[in-house]
Amino acid sequence: MKNEKDVLLEIRGLRIEGYSDETWVEIVHGVDLTLHRGEVLGLIGESGAGKSTIGLAAMGFARDGCRISGGTVDFDGLELTTTSESDLRALRGSRIAYVAQSAAASFNPAHRIIDQHTEAPLHYRLQSRMEAQEDAMQLYERLRLPNPTEIGFRYPHQVSGGQLQRAMTAMAMACRPDLIIFDEPTTALDVTTQIEVLAAIRDIVDQFNTAAIYITHDLAVVAQMADTIKVLLKGDEVEEASTERMLKAPEDDYTKSLWAVRSFKRKQKSRPKGKDAVPVVSVQDIDAAYGPTKVLEDVSFDIYPGMTVAVVGESGSGKSTTARCITGLLPPTKGEILFAGETLPASYKDRTKDQLRQAQMIYQMADTALNPKVKISEIIGRPAQFYSGLSGTELKSRVDELLDLIELEPSQYYNRYPPELSGGQKQRIGIARALAAEPSFIICDEVTSALDQLVAEGILRLLDRLQAELGLAYMFITHDLATVRSIADEVVVMQAGKVVEQGPKDQMFKPPHHPYTDLLLSSVPEMDPDWLTNLLEERGTDNIGEAASNQGNV
Amino acid sequence: MGDIASLVLRRLGLGIVTLLVVSILIFFAVELLPGDIAQAVLGQSATEETVAALRDKMGLDRPAPIRYLEWLGGAVQGDFGVSLVSGDRVSETIIPRFKNTLFLAAYAAVIAVPLSIILGIIVALLRNTIADRVANVLSLTAISSPEFFLGYILILYFSVRTNYFPALASIRDDMSFLELLHRTFLPALTMVLVVTAHMMRMTRAAIINLLASPYIEMARLKGASPWTVIVKHALPNAWAPIINVVALNLAYLVTGVVLVEVVFVYPGIGQLLVDAVSKRDFPIVQACCLIFAATFILLNLAADVGAILTNPRLRHPK
Repeated sequence: MKNEKDVLLEIRGLRIEGYSDETWVEIVHGVDLTLHRGEVLGLIGESGAGKSTIGLAAMGFARDGCRISGGTVDFDGLELTTTSESDLRALRGSRIAYVAQSAAASFNPAHRIIDQHTEAPLHYRLQSRMEAQEDAMQLYERLRLPNPTEIGFRYPHQVSGGQLQRAMTAMAMACRPDLIIFDEPTTALDVTTQIEVLAAIRDIVDQFNTAAIYITHDLAVVAQMADTIKVLLKGDEVEEASTERMLKAPEDDYTKSLWAVRSFKRKQKSRPKGKDAVPVVSVQDIDAAYGPTKVLEDVSFDIYPGMTVAVVGESGSGKSTTARCITGLLPPTKGEILFAGETLPASYKDRTKDQLRQAQMIYQMADTALNPKVKISEIIGRPAQFYSGLSGTELKSRVDELLDLIELEPSQYYNRYPPELSGGQKQRIGIARALAAEPSFIICDEVTSALDQLVAEGILRLLDRLQAELGLAYMFITHDLATVRSIADEVVVMQAGKVVEQGPKDQMFKPPHHPYTDLLLSSVPEMDPDWLTNLLEERGTDNIGEAASNQGNV
Repeated sequence: MGDIASLVLRRLGLGIVTLLVVSILIFFAVELLPGDIAQAVLGQSATEETVAALRDKMGLDRPAPIRYLEWLGGAVQGDFGVSLVSGDRVSETIIPRFKNTLFLAAYAAVIAVPLSIILGIIVALLRNTIADRVANVLSLTAISSPEFFLGYILILYFSVRTNYFPALASIRDDMSFLELLHRTFLPALTMVLVVTAHMMRMTRAAIINLLASPYIEMARLKGASPWTVIVKHALPNAWAPIINVVALNLAYLVTGVVLVEVVFVYPGIGQLLVDAVSKRDFPIVQACCLIFAATFILLNLAADVGAILTNPRLRHPK
């Protein structure tokens, strides 16, 4: 059993400051953390909670513009806050390793994967180059990478994201560290790929009895990985408990609210009946291509007024391309798009102002979709002016009305600029801008995927309310099936540019499914610590993630 | 690699078009200069009759477009005509001069390129320290001082006051290589001072630009030392902008020597060009300018090819 001797990492009263607006601001306010050998601790919280900062501090590392201002970090008897930089370096990579969020960005594009893998063992003179390479190949095999003897000799851009993430886990293992920090290692991956990486990480951590800190914002993921979970909020600890206890009986209200996010569900609507029911948007047999590469094939679906159609699929399945075809940004090479029963010109250039007004878009990254140098009143006012010809006091009262609609106090936001707003507020401005044109149809392209769960839920509730009040139809592009469950009426599943299945939501979430839909659905982590174990047993370890997805292709 | 071959061919084709346009511009620019060549050549012995006779002999009374086409007809066959002043063949006049210029440029480049890249790496390593700021001030001073000023300062300290190096870089064919290096050291050093600062600052900027990348943080978290981080992880990804600025400066070493050659009385192509312009010696001016233009075109092409060859994404396609 665990006793005092087993303690590997002990953090007491850790305070970290970040430099912003020319002063040092405390961002972590005295956090304690104890980790035993072989134990996996999940750090969970929204962005800005200080998860990554604490994870890096466990390596005695502070990013540029950050500094550890107080507290102690005791790693196996060594006090990291007072250790010299060169002694700390000797620890990093050998005894404490790090796995970053985006392996694609964290592998150096200029070197082969295996050369980056062997860098630390060679640097610490633990192995000869041949031995280190041999060991890397064994780790690749253990992590179920395809062609383990060959894959390391490729450059990072020649390998897929999920494979790179596993290669990075292998790299972290290169010196058999005592502790690995996993910093959101699966956040950037599709659900099907995520499973593979999760299984691989869990397998290898068990095998070498490595202790780990697993940082994530996804509760269901951390439930699969961690023995203990610590919840953080804005640099403070909220509570810590064993995974099982945390899932069954969270104590703090904030933790409960995190759990509650997934409870938002809306009553499913069905298509209007009768002869005069015409879909607001009807996509009919469209093909589309970027240059010579065909990306869409025979895509068809209908969206009826007042309904939400969720389009789901992995990245690269053609969801956003379909949206581009509907808005006329990418004219389809075949097929047509009907709007309220009338054919729309293929290119937006040939569409009338009224046709353009009817279909609006809300984007994934509110940060980049709003001009940072333009006032909120102008961002929202411009489409109102352009499409409805409003000006003067009429325009102002319209902007006020729109700000009221998105639940932001007009007098407070009228004259502000986007960089002064939070992520959720920016996304609300994006919604108001779309509404300003008085559309009947809005394309929501992953509008909640860049937001924290609580904020995302607020946006979903707002969209739902607006739909009920204004009778809008939504095309909701997402890869998050939890979102689909909560707000969709109908679901369209896309894979490799084709629609593989579509229908009302309740039917889609009930078997029998198309094999690909089934794969997507069963890949979404659930709040059950045994979910991954059961799933792997069910599917067999050779049949998970990408491998299964490829079978779905055949 | 087939892509590179087709890129090179396409760019060479475009380069020839560019040269044609340059030759037209130069021809008519020389035409626009006040005064005329017959008068310039004859100098004090110019009377109305002698000038008219010379003009007739040189064919200057015919319309300019015809004379341009005549020159072009010769040029495409490799015949750049004869100097209007001396009567020597243009190629015979220019080739030895061009060799001298290339020698000086190569001399300066061999020192400046490695020096500036190494200095750039060092100041990137020492970024935001006193050493970095001092290097910053010195390099800005070097960039903003005109070459002739630097040249005279060097002459003052290294030949007038101390006599280490000759002030005049006159060279002869029978000199030994070492003596050649010694004689041309001051003009080469002037050029080095002018181009090093620019290349060093660009190397520093290209490396520092990359230091916020996740893969650099990863390298640091793997325990790599600051030197390894910069040389092994940042530098290989910074080559494209560095190669570009190096190529630009190499071109400057060939074409920008005019002032330095005049200051040190070095018999290069720059001095030849200055003389030719003052005497309206069109064939010489034209040939010199085409050489300069071709240098720019070729070095820019080399920079683009170099940027492709150092990019692993382009070198190792999926």
